[in-house]
Amino acid sequence: MRFNNIKQLEEHREQALKNQQKVKNTILVCGGTGCLASGARDVEDELRKQLAEQGIDMEVELQVKITGCHGFCERGPIVSFIPSGILYEKVKPKHVEEIIEKTIKNDKIVTKLIYKDPATKKKVQQYEEIPFYKHQTRIALRNIGQLDPTSLDDYLVRDGFKGLVKALGMKPGEIVDEIDKSGLRGRGGGGFPTARKWKSCIKAEGEKRYIICNGDEGDPGAFMDRSIMEGDPFDVLEGMIIGAYAIGCEEGFIYVRQEYPLAVVNLRKAIDILREVGLLGENILGSGLNFDIKIARGGGAFVCGESSALMKSVAGKIGEPRAKYIHSTEKGLYDLPTVLNNVETFVNIPIIIEKGGDWFTQFGTEKSRGTKAFALVGRVNNTGLVEVPMGITLRELIFEIGGGIQKGREFKAVQTGGPSGGCIPNELLDLKVDFDELTEQGSMMGSGGMIVMDERTCMVDVARYFLDFLKEESCGKCVPCREGLRQLTALYDRIVAGYGTLEDLDKIEWLAQDVMIGSLCALGKSAPNPVLSTIQFFRDEYEEHIRDKHCRAGVCKALTRLVIHDECIACGKCIEVCPTDAITGAKKTVHVLDQEKCIACGSCVEICPVDCIKVEPVKVAGEVAS
Amino acid sequence: MTLTVESVNSRIDEICADYPVDEASLIEILHDISSEYNFLPADALRRVSERLDVPIARVYGVATFYKGFSLTPRGKTIIRVCKGTACHVRGGDRNLDELQRILGIGAGETSEDLEYTLEVVNCVGACAMAPVVVENETYHRNATPTDMKRMITGEGSDEDEGGDE
Repeated sequence: MRFNNIKQLEEHREQALKNQQKVKNTILVCGGTGCLASGARDVEDELRKQLAEQGIDMEVELQVKITGCHGFCERGPIVSFIPSGILYEKVKPKHVEEIIEKTIKNDKIVTKLIYKDPATKKKVQQYEEIPFYKHQTRIALRNIGQLDPTSLDDYLVRDGFKGLVKALGMKPGEIVDEIDKSGLRGRGGGGFPTARKWKSCIKAEGEKRYIICNGDEGDPGAFMDRSIMEGDPFDVLEGMIIGAYAIGCEEGFIYVRQEYPLAVVNLRKAIDILREVGLLGENILGSGLNFDIKIARGGGAFVCGESSALMKSVAGKIGEPRAKYIHSTEKGLYDLPTVLNNVETFVNIPIIIEKGGDWFTQFGTEKSRGTKAFALVGRVNNTGLVEVPMGITLRELIFEIGGGIQKGREFKAVQTGGPSGGCIPNELLDLKVDFDELTEQGSMMGSGGMIVMDERTCMVDVARYFLDFLKEESCGKCVPCREGLRQLTALYDRIVAGYGTLEDLDKIEWLAQDVMIGSLCALGKSAPNPVLSTIQFFRDEYEEHIRDKHCRAGVCKALTRLVIHDECIACGKCIEVCPTDAITGAKKTVHVLDQEKCIACGSCVEICPVDCIKVEPVKVAGEVAS
Repeated sequence: MTLTVESVNSRIDEICADYPVDEASLIEILHDISSEYNFLPADALRRVSERLDVPIARVYGVATFYKGFSLTPRGKTIIRVCKGTACHVRGGDRNLDELQRILGIGAGETSEDLEYTLEVVNCVGACAMAPVVVENETYHRNATPTDMKRMITGEGSDEDEGGDE
């Protein structure tokens, strides 16, 4: 099958729609990484097996599909039903028999598999009624979880390639104008207006142009792009094809992190299908557009998320960035004009073209239009993937969608923007999430990782963690980044070992400034953000580490002494989890912790049901440090 | 498995045949070699250098710059401890400490019997299940030191975890 023109594509869409309408029921089994890890495949296999045994027709009567990530990873494996909209959570193979008997055959609910709202204690059976979903607006993620990611028909039924069809009827300049009107800004974190990037590439001189999709989602704590590439690959590719038509280019690349094998598999399948039907290759839909996309796998280097380093890597070289004054829109891949956009930016393109730039402006704020996908993770109840209109407050995100902090603990900070971002404290929770407001507070919205921290998180340790990360990932090309981060880490090591002084804190601040000013690329330039923002908002914690030799969160091991208090109910749970057998005790006697054996790992604190294991200061510096 | 120069050469030739003779193919080819041998044998790198006409120094440059590649043989079981922010905040370090204790090897090392390689990775993008430990292809969600012990020693191995109701 090959679509030689738009008419043939539309005819096929009609047919696919008709086929779909015949299907009475569809079961969607979430195949996101989270659900797969909790055994979604086993659930799918069991479903297929039992349905086959019972002779249920799996073509028309009931289709089973494994989809992309539903986002509600905390409650996985997720199984949902079309058209009824019922959602089951934490489904195990052993539940399959009951699901078939009750829900499939008799339209009844399996009550124990329904989500229970912890706030209202009410059971919620409909997908859209669950608070986690209710407050979301899904544009970039609209297809994910709703279709089989590698089925072109599924994508066409959900209006796939309508954007491309419309785009091919427009002039390239009109497409860019439409994007301009939408106000779309780069979703990778920089927030650069997409239309302006495209225009500048169009203007640049060069024998040919390239378009690249950045799927090197390196920020730890972020997995939006992963879910999109795995769960809706056609959408990404459609966005790239429209881009290619708009800027006039024949060759595109999608750069995927090596840690994302499923994304590579699904993208590869999707590219093969598009080549087969003529949506990639020569003379796409008879429009005269020639365009093909290749996958370039990363090699596991954080710096390759930076545009110039990424292009080096695509060319098979070491991913070292270059100075920013050379714009990649003019001299990018192989020194030719190149447009590089993030995965999430590309999935917004088809729907903007289809529905118009004005439609897009109804979401978000004046300067940050549209929605943004976030990975809401850390010590929050509903961890997962969410998409919300820009301008939502952090409070709404964390407490309404995220359901608040785990175990009813105290919120301490939220970290946004990955290693380039900062930590935002409690008093700023009403900040609006968009490209500009968070930047003003020394953080940034970034690509969308949002890590929630509670009282058991040490802010000194968080800053040290990011420094250590960046020190390891610094490519070593420029001195301020390579050496500056090393020295900063050394200062932090002193503080967490109990040898820090208040002068060290001043040193950290001025060294951080130097690294910021002197580094070549964004990795070094933004590296001090976690340092400076934690010092700004949590200076008291630093001072406690230095002056009182105390880590109140009980994270910095040399500054942590764990003590079991008399509230102990002698349940024995801590004895079980202690890796060094440092805790002893019997029934009805308060357990005892042997300080000599204790490595302050904190496993016991996490498991204690009555919070009777407290973190206390270590009196003498260095004594416990090993 | 002993690797002879001839066997490596012919396998590398097969791998290279799938790609254009161009430096841009280098990283893809190294990935393929890595999945074939679990590491990058020196003979393989030399052959790739010849086939692509890329200086051997540059091949080594790429092979050592990217963390995904290893120049030394890796264990049958590769355990990757995620060090992403979400995993860090939820106590992922405890798992690393415990694994180092049980296996007696440090991060980035391989046990002498080539059974285990312990790696620390930046973020596997499975943050909602933090802390995560990946054992070859299997993701262990909400991993605890106790799970680590069970994973290695196999005591009471029961994969049916996570469901709390």
